[in-house]
Amino acid sequence: MKVGVIAVQGAFREHIRVLRELGADAVEVRRANELDGAEAVVIPGGESTAIGKLMREYDLLQPVRDLASAGKPIFGTCAGMIVLANRIVGEETNHLGLMDVEVNRNSFGRQKDSFEADLDVPVLGPEPYPAVFIRAPHIQSVGERVEVLATYEGRIVAVQQDNLLATSFHPELTGDLRLHAYFLGLAKRS
Amino acid sequence: MAKTGTDLVKRGMAEMQKGGVIMDVINAEQAKIAEAAGAVAVMALERVPSDIRKAGGVARMADPTVIEEVMKAVSIPVMAKCRIGHIVEARILEAMGVDYIDESEVLTPADDKFHVDKSKFTVPFVCGAKDLGEAVRRIAEGASMIRTKGEPGTGNIIEAVKHQRMMQMQIRHIQSLSEDELYAEAKNLGAPLHILREIHETGKLPVVNFAAGGIATPADAALMMELGSDGVFVGSGIFKSENPEKFARAIVQATTHYQDYELIGELSKNLGTAMTGIDLNTLRPEERMASRGW
Repeated sequence: MKVGVIAVQGAFREHIRVLRELGADAVEVRRANELDGAEAVVIPGGESTAIGKLMREYDLLQPVRDLASAGKPIFGTCAGMIVLANRIVGEETNHLGLMDVEVNRNSFGRQKDSFEADLDVPVLGPEPYPAVFIRAPHIQSVGERVEVLATYEGRIVAVQQDNLLATSFHPELTGDLRLHAYFLGLAKRS
Repeated sequence: MAKTGTDLVKRGMAEMQKGGVIMDVINAEQAKIAEAAGAVAVMALERVPSDIRKAGGVARMADPTVIEEVMKAVSIPVMAKCRIGHIVEARILEAMGVDYIDESEVLTPADDKFHVDKSKFTVPFVCGAKDLGEAVRRIAEGASMIRTKGEPGTGNIIEAVKHQRMMQMQIRHIQSLSEDELYAEAKNLGAPLHILREIHETGKLPVVNFAAGGIATPADAALMMELGSDGVFVGSGIFKSENPEKFARAIVQATTHYQDYELIGELSKNLGTAMTGIDLNTLRPEERMASRGW
């Protein structure tokens, strides 16, 4: 199964390594034609302003929206979650605007406040999930169709809306493959 | 229980910067231009390296007012420089909430033997290196990100190329050694064995490795990516060029699409004059910043 990993900036190689470990054919995507035949898309962590801008300038936004409306799973982590969101606190525009959520950027503080914590993510089973939050955003409010998958100290940090998945933290950095496996499971159902 | 300041959190922050451009800025206006162009972070300075060269004298940590002004102006991470070995400048920057500290040879060193023990800090550090021994010593002290030193403020890419090629060549050499040869290599390089073992196994540095020092054009940025850099710092190159906005945008795009030569050709058209460069043969040994650091 071909999975396109948006590779304009950020930790795309880490996602590719995890996806390949799980048997997916993960490829770097910098141009729209590299999404041809993709069954799923990952938008990695990085700087959301840089990723959003480069995706817009190289016409990657519409092809990803088309894949999403065709039911293909899309997974955004940290900056990727901001790129997926419909509303960004304090900003007038969005990027993909696919998920019915409002995100608050850098809401856990500056880099010195970045942290690791174990999270309870019921869809992944009873074992806690090791999460790393780096200048992370959180989700301030969600629409009706959005299912909250995890919270940390009352803040929403993982969500799913049908075929769309987003986390505030970085599953590509911790070596726990369960979230990527869950994501690939969505692709098999689509 | 949440844990802050761990290796994963500090190195992870640098992982998020990969494939991006970090730009030197001296005020809020420049910081906004950098952010709008797609920079992944800005380095807040009182003077860019080429002006530090011109000014001469002792170069120190920037006035905190400048750093605060930049932190207020943008939502992307803000870095700032402390002098080599200046523990207190580093602590001040950490207390101010700067996202990354560059213990930098661009400033006049405060200590001629010891670097800051970066492992004791919650904030991550980036340090310059000319070769693998230097890079590994800095990582052992707790640096979460490495960059080439290059020769800052010259607009001349030759030193950054030399340093990145040297590091990549030495990493390949480490990989080719047998395990029992690593002991002597640790002695040769003046670098801790446990980190060399890690490099022997993985074939790469355990932290992100950027290019810095002398990048002046989109093609320079793409060249450094081609040579295996994870991203680039551009110092004087942007705001000493004729058209900073256009230059900044072109350098960001050339870094992402570093193997798309047709595109880099397009991006390089009508950019206006790049910063004036310096032939390194005209620099006296004491004017070289790359030789600072131990």
